[in-house]
Amino acid sequence: MAKLTIEMPHVGESVTEAIIGKWLVSPGDIVRRYDPLVEVITDKVNMEVPSPQEGTITDLLVAEDETVQMGAPIAEMEIEGASPEPETAESNEPDNVTSQSQAAQPAGRVGSMIIGANVGPTGGEFTDTSLQTDAPTPSETVTPSAPRRSRRRDRDDRGARISPVVRRLAEKHGLDVNTIPGSGAGGRVTRRDVETYLESQATAGSDELIEPTAIRRIIAENMARSFREIPHAWGAIEVDVTDLVNYRRTNIDRIQNATEHRLTYLPIILRQIAAALRKHRNLNSSWVDGKIQLKGAINIGVAVAAEQGLIVPVLRNADTLTLEETVSEMARIVDGARSGKLRIDDVQGGTFTLNNTGALGSVLGGAIINYPQAAILTTESIVKRPVVIDTPNGDAITVRSMMNMCLSFDHRIVDGAEAMAFLTDIKSRLESISLEDNS
Amino acid sequence: MPEMTLIEAVRETLRTEMRRDPDIFMMGEDIGPRGGVFLASEGFVEEFGEDRVMNSPLAESSIIGIALGAAVNGMRPVAEIQFADFVWPAINQLVGEAARVRYGTNGRKFAPLTVRVPYGGGVRGGLYHSQSIEVLFAHTPGLQVIAPATPWDARGLLRSAIRSNDPVVFLEHKRTYRLVRGEAPDHEYTEPIGKADIKRAGTDATLITYGLMLHYSLQAAEIVAQSDGIETEIVDLRTLRPIDAETILDSVSRTGRALIVQEDTGAVSVSSEVSAIIAAEGFFNLDAPVMRVTPPEIPPMPFSPLQEAEFMPSPEKIADAIRRLTEI
Repeated sequence: MAKLTIEMPHVGESVTEAIIGKWLVSPGDIVRRYDPLVEVITDKVNMEVPSPQEGTITDLLVAEDETVQMGAPIAEMEIEGASPEPETAESNEPDNVTSQSQAAQPAGRVGSMIIGANVGPTGGEFTDTSLQTDAPTPSETVTPSAPRRSRRRDRDDRGARISPVVRRLAEKHGLDVNTIPGSGAGGRVTRRDVETYLESQATAGSDELIEPTAIRRIIAENMARSFREIPHAWGAIEVDVTDLVNYRRTNIDRIQNATEHRLTYLPIILRQIAAALRKHRNLNSSWVDGKIQLKGAINIGVAVAAEQGLIVPVLRNADTLTLEETVSEMARIVDGARSGKLRIDDVQGGTFTLNNTGALGSVLGGAIINYPQAAILTTESIVKRPVVIDTPNGDAITVRSMMNMCLSFDHRIVDGAEAMAFLTDIKSRLESISLEDNS
Repeated sequence: MPEMTLIEAVRETLRTEMRRDPDIFMMGEDIGPRGGVFLASEGFVEEFGEDRVMNSPLAESSIIGIALGAAVNGMRPVAEIQFADFVWPAINQLVGEAARVRYGTNGRKFAPLTVRVPYGGGVRGGLYHSQSIEVLFAHTPGLQVIAPATPWDARGLLRSAIRSNDPVVFLEHKRTYRLVRGEAPDHEYTEPIGKADIKRAGTDATLITYGLMLHYSLQAAEIVAQSDGIETEIVDLRTLRPIDAETILDSVSRTGRALIVQEDTGAVSVSSEVSAIIAAEGFFNLDAPVMRVTPPEIPPMPFSPLQEAEFMPSPEKIADAIRRLTEI
């Protein structure tokens, strides 16, 4: 056994002293070479001092929080066998050996270079003077020097190896290897595990918080309130609008001349809804403080997808308007909604809402009621379909223009029977429309 | 696309190059009327005459020495060493002289010399007809060392070798001569010296090999693909000096795992160099230690069929290694 003094290693030219942070070993501990012995703190870097040799710690020479000079002895240990000359700290002390010329230095098992020897090939002469006589002595080069940074761990918390590529990818993406499920030998995290993990993260996507616009916030509040307070129920009906299609085609020029607006299906349907609402008054009502408030006027809101969000301008007294008036008024409020030129009256006082979701390609929907109304109706896409019809000669298949109408209704006020009766009423009005009908 | 064996690819390339360039001549043991022991020059004396297809004494040092002298003086000799096991007397001419011509003359002289060397085992050749000798030449700056595994590459690379202005050791694996058959175009294409070739695309591991072992490795890759769903990418080095580090590193960067397979013994060998390249420049792409499949460290390829089979890497041994590598 031999005694070895462990010194505070030099970490850099400008660092002269360091504070002993925390001892990681105690006297009597057996350590392996490069095991961390102590954490030290300098003004440049915090580091661990590794053990220069395998052996047993015998004494700690400096207490924690004490400041020591670089090169000062900080601990002692016992190592197996004779102390190898280059690895003792004693070589820093002036002694006869190191103060003599290198040529005279004992070569030892490692051997040493004879500066100035003739190394030329046989018969030649080559006295190599390129080697520096003041080159670092072996003792200095082998003295344990401080690691440039704290030792990187090569195992994760589960004790599994971390491979170079996994370490690199984890650092690149800021991942903690311990959080990644490992599928390799011994539960090791493989490169594929990291990639799979990253993909799952990417699939989840990075979240982004956006401040909603004022109108978006109002829409959100209204929708939430309606869906929270009104027990929604739904019904749908299929309408054969073949005659309606013909009606529109027949009347389009007349309406164009009368109103300077293009006739669409919506005003025609809206007038039939208004007529049906006159009969089914519960659909034109509100649940107010435990009572049903039947509305005196039929003011139908028309949902418009404007640039800034959903706007529902209102067509007042819709049941009293002629087709031309309906077309003109609807053109005014829809254009107003799109161009932001509506008056406050135009968006207030609605008693029922119509949403032409068919314009968006929808064939079925469950709309949320426009609070505090009792119902909302959607007209869906008009599609041509083969339909079985009754003829004097029996069933026949023919091509008809078909359209779904969907109704969301407040189940506190209206039951399914009444809702479907309302839908059936509209359906029969639309299906029995005649070409010259201008009522 | 014509198909041919590897020995046919060598023979046809030699023939067309001899026809193309009158400066090309061949010399070697029994290459004349006998056509060489592997018949690489069968019928050549009849077509090109004894001045261009010269039988030599059983003296490898003089074969290479004479060829080198001719090369330095403007000819394009193609020398044949009958078996790689006999190349040792010529080492001085190759390593000590041919490799240094350009450097030693400050670029004034060069040696467009091609030395064809049939090598390799698995042919029941025993101690003197089975060895892999590539590492000595692959170690030598100034030499180019080519080891094709397919008729296509043999044609394209032999053409490049003959047309190169610096010495080439062209290694032909004896077992592939008549074992491997494949497409090889008739037109005068060349394959680049110093460029590896990906012979099989894969995502799970990179297998780097050359020569006969390419074909065993391709078999092994199919075995593990079917049994374990492991997709192995196979890099055929084709040139052992200079080694194409770029292709190796690119593949390893995609797979994270590397297996090197060679018929030569492992210590201080081509696989050692490939390992070093990956360790030095591909370390941060590695997901597992580099593995090798090499024979046991014994002096020669054994003659006993059982021992020869035990010595040689096999598709099954390679498949096992791929499985072990990808399980890490």
